[in-house]
Amino acid sequence: MSEARPSIAEAGERAPTDWRAAAMQRRLRRRYASERRFRLWGLAAVVISAAFLAFLLFTMAASGIGGFLRSEIALPIDLKSAALPVTPEQLRSRGADFALASAGLENFVGVAVVRAFGPEGGDLVADNAWTFVRDAVKRDPSLLGQRVTIWVPASSALEAGARGDGPAPMRALAARFKASGMLARGFDWAFLTGTDSTDPTAVGIWGGLKGSMFTMLVTLLIAFPVGVLSAIYLEEYAPRNRWTDLIEVSINNLAAVPSIIFGLLGLALFLNTLHLPRSAPLVGGLTLALMIMPVIVIASRNAIKAVPPSIRDAALGVGASKVQVIFHHILPLALPGVLTGTIIGMARALGETAPLLLIGMRAFIVAAPDTLTDPATVLPVQIFLWSDEVSRGFVEKTSAAIIVLLLFLLAMNGLAIYLRNRFETRW
Amino acid sequence: MSPFALLLMLAGLGLIAWLTSRARAAMFKRQGGRRMHSLPSQHGTFVAIWTILPALLFLILWATLSPSLVDQQVLQAPAAAQLPPFGFERASILAEARRLAAGSEYGAFNPLADTLAPAMRAAQLKYGWIGGGLTLLLALTCGGIAYLRIRPQFQARSHVESTVFVALLLASLIAIVTTVGIFASLLWESGRFFAVASPIDFLFGTHWSPQVIDPVRPGKSLGAVPLFWGTFFIGAVIAMVVAIPLGLMSAIYLTQYADPRVRTWMKPILEILAGVPTVVYGYFAALTVGPAIRQIAVALGDPFASSESALAAGLVMGVMIIPFVSSMADDAIAAVPTAMRDGSLAMGATTAETIRRVLLPAALPGVVAGVLLAASRAIGETMIVVMAASGAPNISLNPFEGATTVTKQIVDLLTGEAEFDSPKTLAAFALGLTLFCVTLLLNVVALHVVKRYREAYE
Repeated sequence: MSEARPSIAEAGERAPTDWRAAAMQRRLRRRYASERRFRLWGLAAVVISAAFLAFLLFTMAASGIGGFLRSEIALPIDLKSAALPVTPEQLRSRGADFALASAGLENFVGVAVVRAFGPEGGDLVADNAWTFVRDAVKRDPSLLGQRVTIWVPASSALEAGARGDGPAPMRALAARFKASGMLARGFDWAFLTGTDSTDPTAVGIWGGLKGSMFTMLVTLLIAFPVGVLSAIYLEEYAPRNRWTDLIEVSINNLAAVPSIIFGLLGLALFLNTLHLPRSAPLVGGLTLALMIMPVIVIASRNAIKAVPPSIRDAALGVGASKVQVIFHHILPLALPGVLTGTIIGMARALGETAPLLLIGMRAFIVAAPDTLTDPATVLPVQIFLWSDEVSRGFVEKTSAAIIVLLLFLLAMNGLAIYLRNRFETRW
Repeated sequence: MSPFALLLMLAGLGLIAWLTSRARAAMFKRQGGRRMHSLPSQHGTFVAIWTILPALLFLILWATLSPSLVDQQVLQAPAAAQLPPFGFERASILAEARRLAAGSEYGAFNPLADTLAPAMRAAQLKYGWIGGGLTLLLALTCGGIAYLRIRPQFQARSHVESTVFVALLLASLIAIVTTVGIFASLLWESGRFFAVASPIDFLFGTHWSPQVIDPVRPGKSLGAVPLFWGTFFIGAVIAMVVAIPLGLMSAIYLTQYADPRVRTWMKPILEILAGVPTVVYGYFAALTVGPAIRQIAVALGDPFASSESALAAGLVMGVMIIPFVSSMADDAIAAVPTAMRDGSLAMGATTAETIRRVLLPAALPGVVAGVLLAASRAIGETMIVVMAASGAPNISLNPFEGATTVTKQIVDLLTGEAEFDSPKTLAAFALGLTLFCVTLLLNVVALHVVKRYREAYE
């Protein structure tokens, strides 16, 4: 037995720790300080993340709010002196636009602008100002025999001047017009009802919005039934074998595949093999449906799994067939979870851009689509296209479109949360 | 007849079939007085399925066949003799005639299209009526036969339920078909790319210039290493440097320190970060973050700094994936048995010491899996890099310099005006295949780590 090794008895008789000793106090202080520091790091992480979100939303809101407004300038115009060769019948027919255009209305409005605002007047009104005169005449054909004042959109330069940026002469001009009541700033309804354009004062989101709606319609019609049905199969019917494992592995992997890969699939399969029309909401919807189907399957499976077996057993016990058990009892009870998953998947599809770029939905399209096979664009792609534009006026239009997109997403996610809280049963 | 009207008519026929057959089955029940095998509504569904399904399948077949039939008839027209024999021009004239016939376009760009339009319209009308008539005939025949099969002993329920089963099975097979479709299309197009460019050049070449492709050896100007580096640097380095500390620390703070009321509010707010569309992040990165970082770089003494720096894209991407890291870390920490945490606290460790020395080591596999999943999402992310990263294929460690990524190059290659079969567009599919394999690998590894880890504690 070695003398150097202390015996158990000796160790037990060790002097008790003196917690009041200076060394121990220092040690404790250090540990508490490190505890506070760690806690502060955690708080900082949460605050930084939240602050980034707040900054993002604030930037978008601040630069986008102006995109909903438009400066309009009062244009005095003597339509009587124009003596446009159009008949009232023509104005009531479907060809009214064409008749007014070929009667030289655009030139006449240009003359009126120069007469009202001087030789540089063309720089003050938007390029499409004459279409506002045209629409006013279409609404009220009696204007053709009168001298009237029509409010038309101001040009980008005057618009910037009215906001207080741009060159000084334009700012002064804007201030003068404003003082005389000839320049007013109001809500830009044309931004909600218009379509894409090369002139930032004339653009609108309706084309993108309608394209998004068509695309989402196709996505919903495909992804919802397929997703729910395959969730039912996997939860209620599938035998435990290699095929079922393969299906499950495929679904889990598809949920993690980058979205752009679905764009490549859409390009190779739908466009180059099946020859479906390019840029069409039909193809976009199919591509996005494949992308969000795994989300719906996974959410629906969880919802179906959460329905207690007692319900299944009770229904089977009173003689219901398997299909009756599923469609009369399990599916209605699982529906809130299924719908929540579907809405979340649809929200993801609504914000998706990359796969749609690859299937050609990035073309410059002026007309809103009327059918599922018309060339169209969607709201996020429209945002992407506008963000590429050089003209300054597009910055606030882009941010305004982002605000609309975020509002839609917020509404969808809010609906999902409401459904979950209102209808979800805890068994 | 327009397809939409046909679908509506089919739906109406199905409804009528359902109502009449249900009434017929109910009549059998009243008259016969004996027990029927199936409920009247099941008989109704059986007949409705037979009315709609075959006609619908025929309609789909017809919709794919009839355009070529229409084209054939139009080509019989005398004016069609002036058409160029084949190629792009011929297709575009036919497409224009189709649009004129549909009434979606008024003025003809090509006079030939204008002369062909009436023939086109006549042919469309003819085949539209033939298709519509055949569809309705099929619906009525099949529905009628099914209607006549209704008997008290007829097992309508079994038929309906086996149809439902087949529908369920087909729906679940779509996932496999999609996976196979992705893999096959990527592999096929990449195969065509590697037939003209050597895989060695592509995977290990360091020179990327798709604008000027070496005609003799296309692979020489399509070396993807700068892209792989840019993707790794932006997605797996810069984004992770932002996302791991922020995500992990917010998960720790919200689960271990925060008041439950704060937690119920803060968690959904942070989840919003994952729900913001990527195009919005991209715009934010390009408009606000990029120029700000450029100014910082200029202040640090780099007067030629680009506003499309790797740092701007990576930073914003990192913020985007904070919720992924934090929710995976949250789950992993929650899965550590409470006894371990309580034991450590009872021994006198502070909360921070418990987290650092007990919870995190135990939760490490789950956290690692979360980081891998987040990294796979970051390297597959497209819009942020398309909008905020530069197209310059640099291999550089300087975060203020521009870098380009695989996803950005895929978009750039495929949205140009090049014809589809050029090495340039096919290279996009080879890049896609690489991306697909890497993200798949990351996910498989992550799932494997999670599985192993669960076994350790349950």
